[in-house]
Amino acid sequence: MSALPDAAVLELPPPVDRGWPGKRIAGHVLVGVWILLGLALAAYLVTAWNPELFQRYAPTYVSGLGVTLLLVGVSTVLGALLSIPVAAMRMSNSRVLSAIAYAYVYFFRGTPLLAQTFLIYYGLGTFRPQLEMIGLWTFFREAWYCAVFAFTLNTAAYQAEILRGAIESVGRGQWEGAESLGLTKWQTLRMVIMPQALIVALRPYGNELILMIKGSAIVAIITVYDLMGVTRLAYSRSFDFQTYIWAAIIYLAIVELLRNVVELIEKRLTRHLKR
Amino acid sequence: MQSAWTLLSWGPEGWLDDIAYGVFITVSLAAATLPVGLAIGFVVALAKQSDEPSLRLAGNVYTTIFRGLPELLTLFLVYYGVQTLLQSVVRAFDPTASVEVNSFVSGMVALGVVFSSYSSEVFLSAFRAIPHGQYEGGYAIGLTGYQTMRLVILPQLIRIALPGLANLWLILLKDTALVSAIGLSDILRQSGVAARVTREPFLFFGVACAIYLVLAIISSFGINAVERSVSQSGVRR
Repeated sequence: MSALPDAAVLELPPPVDRGWPGKRIAGHVLVGVWILLGLALAAYLVTAWNPELFQRYAPTYVSGLGVTLLLVGVSTVLGALLSIPVAAMRMSNSRVLSAIAYAYVYFFRGTPLLAQTFLIYYGLGTFRPQLEMIGLWTFFREAWYCAVFAFTLNTAAYQAEILRGAIESVGRGQWEGAESLGLTKWQTLRMVIMPQALIVALRPYGNELILMIKGSAIVAIITVYDLMGVTRLAYSRSFDFQTYIWAAIIYLAIVELLRNVVELIEKRLTRHLKR
Repeated sequence: MQSAWTLLSWGPEGWLDDIAYGVFITVSLAAATLPVGLAIGFVVALAKQSDEPSLRLAGNVYTTIFRGLPELLTLFLVYYGVQTLLQSVVRAFDPTASVEVNSFVSGMVALGVVFSSYSSEVFLSAFRAIPHGQYEGGYAIGLTGYQTMRLVILPQLIRIALPGLANLWLILLKDTALVSAIGLSDILRQSGVAARVTREPFLFFGVACAIYLVLAIISSFGINAVERSVSQSGVRR
């Protein structure tokens, strides 16, 4: 019985000569175009570098980034809390409850976030006397609170659908099996259904978070100074286009970071499903 | 104080005609963006499913950039960026010239690139759902690569991609609201003007939301009809 030859000694098959077919040329040209564009962008940023501008606006960009992250963080967490009763109503056997939840979800998913934000920020001004009477006017007078409120309602609708889809993706047999073991409904949900559902929900949740970060740029229109807001301010004062480029780079970096983190978490959590 | 019905009537006293113009702008912007976005998205998807690594890389860079940027920022980048660029080019010839970029076209370009980066992902997953044997079968009966794509792959691709594309259409319809920020008179801007003039913001922004809902409902009826006709032409398995 001869031992297998050492892997290093094994000769690899010679690389296939791919030649230069049309698509290979096209691909290299396109990658070249991207590299050129990247270099042009870098060159532009170097030549347009303005220390005065940087000193003046860099701190505002940092605070704007903080505002963006805070807005997204607060409204995503509040939205997650609100989405639980909405999803429960949506899945309930009561026709009325499920219709109310459906209408809520349909409204917030069917209309633009910008229109919803306007409806809350400008629109609630119509009810100023009533709001003053119950002491909520100080809340709805501030653009920041209105933005958080609108974003929370919006993301709750999306998250409720994610939650519902994830829970319904777990088979009926899981519920029946748990019931036959004598688990209560709550125990089943907590120990059997949720661990399976959340794996399904992870990717949509990550996408929703990314959509929120991108969508949060619109609060700049209602005078909240988030990253987009400070960018618009800096541009309107300096008329220097690099203000927008920097904002684009920051947004792109956050979104890519988030996307990769979600992917990593998913890979880690689904180890047991890999074959 | 006028009643809501007078404010929402057609003619000089009411604002319905102005809002109807906004609906026309919104719908035509979305309808003009759709074919551009679909065409670019399809080409990008072709690049991303190619066996040539450099083509895949070029396609992935495109999606990464335009899927990662906020839509509003993309819009401003296109609107002000093209303006700045053209201005500096024109100024080289005529130092006093000033350039103004059409906001409809800017909106179309910005929404088009965003739509295409998302639709390329939808097309890509549809491509992956088609078994390789379909291509081989096409080649085996003597079809060229182009014919295989057009006669064998594309009809199946559309059927698989349709739900995803329908979703993107609804997102596009909502994203058109952003062009109100660069001064295009869409639904949201027209109702914003009406709200400021009449001081009835809740009424008019409520109407704007209702119109978007109606557009979404009409679209889903249309989508259902298309889906039915497409699935009828498919094979039953």
